[in-house]
Amino acid sequence: MTGAIRRRHAAGTALPLVLAYMLYFTPMLQLRDVKKSFVQPDGEPLPVLNVARFDVAVGEQVVVRGPSGGGKTTLLHVVAGISTADSGTVLVDEVDITRLPESGRDLFRARNIGYVFQTFNLLAAFTALENVMLGMTFTGRNREPDWAEHLLERVGLSDRLHYRPAALSVGQQQRVAVARALANRPRLLLADEPTANIDPGHQQQVIDLIRQTCEEQSVALVLVTHSDEVAAQFERAEQLEAFNQISVVAP
Amino acid sequence: MSLWKIAWRSLRQRALASTLTGLSMALGVALVVTVLVIHGVVERQFSGDAQGYHLIVGASGGKLQLVLNTVYHLSQPIENVPYSLYEEFATGRFAEWTTVAVPYCLGDSYRVAGRSFRVVGTTPDMFDKLIYGRDEQGDKRYQFAEGRNFHKDAFFEAVIGSVVARQSGLKVGDPFNPTHGIDDKSEGHEHDAFTVVGILEPTGTANDRALFVNLEGFYLLDGHAKVAPEDDEHGDGDAHGDAEVHEGSHDHDAHDHNEAEGHRYIEPLPRAQCEVTAILLLLGSDLYVENIRRVVNEEHMYQTVAPVREVTILLDTLVAPIQLILLVLTVMIVVVASISILVGIYNSMSERSRDIAVMRALGASRSAVMAVILMESVLLALCGGVAGILLGHGLVGLANPLVVARTGIELSVTQFDLQELVLIPGLIILASVVGILPAMTAYRTDVAKSLSASP
Repeated sequence: MTGAIRRRHAAGTALPLVLAYMLYFTPMLQLRDVKKSFVQPDGEPLPVLNVARFDVAVGEQVVVRGPSGGGKTTLLHVVAGISTADSGTVLVDEVDITRLPESGRDLFRARNIGYVFQTFNLLAAFTALENVMLGMTFTGRNREPDWAEHLLERVGLSDRLHYRPAALSVGQQQRVAVARALANRPRLLLADEPTANIDPGHQQQVIDLIRQTCEEQSVALVLVTHSDEVAAQFERAEQLEAFNQISVVAP
Repeated sequence: MSLWKIAWRSLRQRALASTLTGLSMALGVALVVTVLVIHGVVERQFSGDAQGYHLIVGASGGKLQLVLNTVYHLSQPIENVPYSLYEEFATGRFAEWTTVAVPYCLGDSYRVAGRSFRVVGTTPDMFDKLIYGRDEQGDKRYQFAEGRNFHKDAFFEAVIGSVVARQSGLKVGDPFNPTHGIDDKSEGHEHDAFTVVGILEPTGTANDRALFVNLEGFYLLDGHAKVAPEDDEHGDGDAHGDAEVHEGSHDHDAHDHNEAEGHRYIEPLPRAQCEVTAILLLLGSDLYVENIRRVVNEEHMYQTVAPVREVTILLDTLVAPIQLILLVLTVMIVVVASISILVGIYNSMSERSRDIAVMRALGASRSAVMAVILMESVLLALCGGVAGILLGHGLVGLANPLVVARTGIELSVTQFDLQELVLIPGLIILASVVGILPAMTAYRTDVAKSLSASP
């Protein structure tokens, strides 16, 4: 296929160039001119996001680095539709979620976006399997217990299906969280410092698990971290300040 | 995983708090149920007991008193009326209106095992011709569990109610001695023995607690004869009823009788010396009630009372308001219990904001998390409510022996009152109302903030 592209490129027409670009970059996530500020206690707006352009391709894995309080979490919230941007467009799989009503964003998130938080992802009242099933509850579609079990098996917890979070280590809890984030076969997974509270010996396992499962299922990954070690493993590592043009950074 | 299951799980997660809240609801509902069941039973019982006949004729006095001591074996008997009045209904000028007239003589009791049961002097017609109630299947007639009705000419035969039989241990063939007077405390004179010839099937009426003896034998007992106007053969000057008790000087020949000697002929007491406490009347038609009432009330110093009407008045004027007050109080307790549901769930909301935020991040809508909280409230109220209904019936069951002992009214544990069905939708509405406040908190949860906050 690359041979064919090269041949057409050699022919010097513009169209093959565009096609080649489209093949190389099918967008999963496109942010354009996204601005968001918080209102401070004194009433002054505090700009947090000002992203002119941030794209992630289908199946692409991107790590975003930045200091804490730099707007990494807010970026993920805006992408997930948990928070709304003040202006700009957020296209996820070509759907502009900024134009959806809140309930529409909720349903879109349930069906298309997986989310792994720093820690305390799981509901204490439910077993590992039930936590994964919980992820399937809000899609309005049939739940798939077999798929939930398969995912837990994939993250190495087939013998812990019916354990409550309290009976699992933090690393195991994060693996359940990864399984749950993938429960609805999302096309985009957002991970917010997923290894921050895991002891260093097990951090790499979780990072590897997230990257491998995303790759297996062609899920695009945006992982934010402040760890250089984690960031170094990604082909594409972005520094938040590089594309987030805000003059003042929150303390 | 349905929203109901999520709600149920988070209740179980806070098991202790949920149990306590549910328990307070259960206690409130149990009290409501107890009030409803007891009222229902009492009302059915009281109106049912008075259904076997149209009228009670007795001496002038309290109408309710006449009904209470004739139908329910409660309170004290009033004055007596002459036997001739009974004859007027049985064979005399009222006979054409009267289907059955049953004389009813009170004043004796039978004491056993610390309990006192009333002894009623009457005729076999009481069980042969009267019914004790009416239901969908028609008239409820007296049946004998053992033995038979007493014979009119066997003066010292008796029939006993089921409660008496159970508590006294009397069996067919056993003799018993009635005691003069009906006051539990008075040390009355013990009369001659009657022999039990029949034990009634339980009727669920006050008659289960009474012993019925042949009127003729009753008259022959000490102190039961009225002073004879001319012939002083049997009476010896004392007034009837609760007057002084006779000692051994009395002439016992006339009623020296027991089963072993067979049915030796005994002279009945002359009718002029006989009195009855009341006459039970079953009339040929409801229309005759007013006729008899008018004639009796005008011509004599006697009164006629329609027991059903008196009982209805008693229930409406006395029992119903008390019931209403009790019901209002118990419903207030349920309302207080549901406010404790509100407090319980509301207090848990702060520690659950992260759980709610996680569900929102998983795609749950605001209304879904709101629904989960409302469902928790409803589940808590329903579980408490169902537990309360069972507990209430349990309480009724526990209270039953006491109530039977005191009143002869049987409270059934499985007696479900229709009004209890109103409790369920009522509780759902109440729980939804009190659940709104915490549910709104869930609805308004700031997901971004709650996810960032450390739990």
